[in-house]
Amino acid sequence: MGSKKRKKARSSLDKDFRPAHTEIEMQLSVNCDLPETLPASLVDLRQGDAAILEGIDLPTEDARRLMELGFLPGMQITAGRSAPGGDPQVFQVDGSEIALRRETARRLKVRRKKTVKPDPKPRA
Amino acid sequence: MSGCSDCSSCNPATVVEFPGSQTASKAVAVIGPPNSGKTTLFNRLTGLHQKVANFPGVTVEQHTGIAMLPDGRAVQLIDLPGVYSLSPRSEDEQVAHDVLTGQRAGVAKPEAILLVLDSTNMGRHLMLAAPILALGLPTLVILNMADDLQNRGGRVDLEKLSVELGAPVALVSARRGQGVDRVFEFLAGAMPKPVPKELPILQDVPKCRQWAGHVGRQASYHAPAPPKWTRRLDAVFLHPVAGPLLFLAVVVAIFQTIFTVAAPSQTAVDWLIEHSGKLVASVLPAGLIKSLLTDGVWKGVGSVIVFLPQILLLFLFIGILEDSGYLARAALIADRTMAKVGLQGKSFIPLLSAYACAVPAIMSTRTIENKRDRIATILIAPFMTCSARFPVYLLVIAAFIPNRPLLGSFLSTGAAAMLGLYVLGFLVAVITARVLKSSILKSGRTPFLLEMPSYRWPTLTSLGLRLLDRTKVFLVRAGTIILLVSVLLWGALNLPYTNGHPPEIASSLAGTIGRTIEPVIRPLGFNWKIGIGLLTAVFSRETIIATLGTIYGMDPEANKEGLQAALHHDLSLGGAFALLVFFAFAMQCISTIAVVRRETGGWKWPILQFSYMSVLAYAGAFAAYHLIGR
Repeated sequence: MGSKKRKKARSSLDKDFRPAHTEIEMQLSVNCDLPETLPASLVDLRQGDAAILEGIDLPTEDARRLMELGFLPGMQITAGRSAPGGDPQVFQVDGSEIALRRETARRLKVRRKKTVKPDPKPRA
Repeated sequence: MSGCSDCSSCNPATVVEFPGSQTASKAVAVIGPPNSGKTTLFNRLTGLHQKVANFPGVTVEQHTGIAMLPDGRAVQLIDLPGVYSLSPRSEDEQVAHDVLTGQRAGVAKPEAILLVLDSTNMGRHLMLAAPILALGLPTLVILNMADDLQNRGGRVDLEKLSVELGAPVALVSARRGQGVDRVFEFLAGAMPKPVPKELPILQDVPKCRQWAGHVGRQASYHAPAPPKWTRRLDAVFLHPVAGPLLFLAVVVAIFQTIFTVAAPSQTAVDWLIEHSGKLVASVLPAGLIKSLLTDGVWKGVGSVIVFLPQILLLFLFIGILEDSGYLARAALIADRTMAKVGLQGKSFIPLLSAYACAVPAIMSTRTIENKRDRIATILIAPFMTCSARFPVYLLVIAAFIPNRPLLGSFLSTGAAAMLGLYVLGFLVAVITARVLKSSILKSGRTPFLLEMPSYRWPTLTSLGLRLLDRTKVFLVRAGTIILLVSVLLWGALNLPYTNGHPPEIASSLAGTIGRTIEPVIRPLGFNWKIGIGLLTAVFSRETIIATLGTIYGMDPEANKEGLQAALHHDLSLGGAFALLVFFAFAMQCISTIAVVRRETGGWKWPILQFSYMSVLAYAGAFAAYHLIGR
């Protein structure tokens, strides 16, 4: 089990590294002060993180349903507590708390708030 | 009243008298988003003067009530389902839309609207005001939960809001009763048409939200602080370790109470029915009428009423869980497990309560908004081993499986067989759910959304009205069908009537039917006597014990040993296992069928469910009989 996990991690590292690393370098050199604006979705937020909703990658009807609940582009969304295992997770948006499954949260693209630490991965 | 201001558009001096003011009643619709406290307000306005029915042709429940105005006039209130918008997509929204536009047959177009919004979340809730005001019907905008707004330091200028919306506004706390007299004033008053300053394009959700935000700013709306206690409680109830443990504790407590408290109260109800039956019997002269009343009507209707204690208990629990806000958290915790079989978190409590009885369980699926998930839950609920199967299992296991220790003193063969039957029912339910959710009830990619309301204290009034509601629904709707079937079954057991005496069961119509179906059930190892038992078990499962007792000419209660011995004449070991499997799978419960019909709004689903379960029961029993050996 453990070895399998390590293998997976390595392969994903390779994937990120291999295809034309010059391209990545160029991008970084342009946007070097804004690593937090890299495209992310709601699942990338840790509990307490806030982000601005950019768009909903779902069919119109489903997106409307979400928008009626407050998930509108430009709205600030804060990640809240979750069920054991992290799925579904509660999000605070527009004065309410709405739980979404990961499969849905993944479709909600966000831009991290600038106040968030540049590298949010290692959690202090 | 404090907390509500007068507005120019509502003048008590211009009360319009209706012709025949004592009888004429205007119809007024109550609408609002889910979790706006709409039902609490409806209860507050109408009290006990309520009626529940389904809207014609759909499964959406229609609550109507009478609000008595201080001047003695009556206003009819229609409680519409909780909706976020009026664009007709879900069945709920369709009904709300149709009623408000006067397009729903059988429901009069309302003359006015009470729009209930959560004042602590006005920005988002005001979005619903746009399509409502656009209808042009006289509307009172009710900002509910005024107590919460004030406690958490929120503010709103009602006069400015009223000017902005062009409609009267009332700040109300439906739970405390604060400001409710403003609603009565509106209902008694002239009810002017709304003249909003501007309305957004209704199809454009972001525009609607912008408009709502603009209106809020104009009305100097100051949003309240986040609910402190809700955050604190969630830190416990949604804690990674404590959360699931508390969830388990709640589940076990409900399960245990329904089993332990409901059983004695059920015995008490049983006793009442039996003795009132005897009382009726002692008054009436012997004969057909007496037999019809005591054996047909009393026993039939009695078989329904014994479910009441369980129904009331379960709905008391669900009421507390739902009104307090914990139900949403429980659904959140259970969601991942339920998702594995294609269902969702909200299916968990109904399925759990189906272990006590499928009838209240199916009624409690109303908390599941997704219609396909709800029907899937209804369809698998009767597979859970309900308490009516228990006495049958007990009898057959005691008669055929010698009780030997299996794992020391922990598990005997009898207990293992019983446990096996519970597991069997559960497994079939899980498999059925998977099959249903990947075929006819596939939900597609509709996202799962669950709003987490703030925690609140449940009120006694709302719990009481809820229990009353469910009791009425259950007794009236399910009761009528059961009465009919009871009388038919009584007829089958008592015809043909010869020389003023009912026939022996063997030669009665039921006996004839039993013999007729014998070739069909023979491959399962059952003879015609068991056949009659199966037939009467359609009433309710445990009836088979009484029926077999009657056929063998003995009192089943006093002579269990005798009944066990007698069963050996008619069943082989394989036949006994077949009977157990048959009972585990078959839909032998009129009450359940009646409730499924009611809750799904037609005969399609109960017929499908009955056929599916019968086929499964037959195939399972056939396999058991041939595998175990005759």
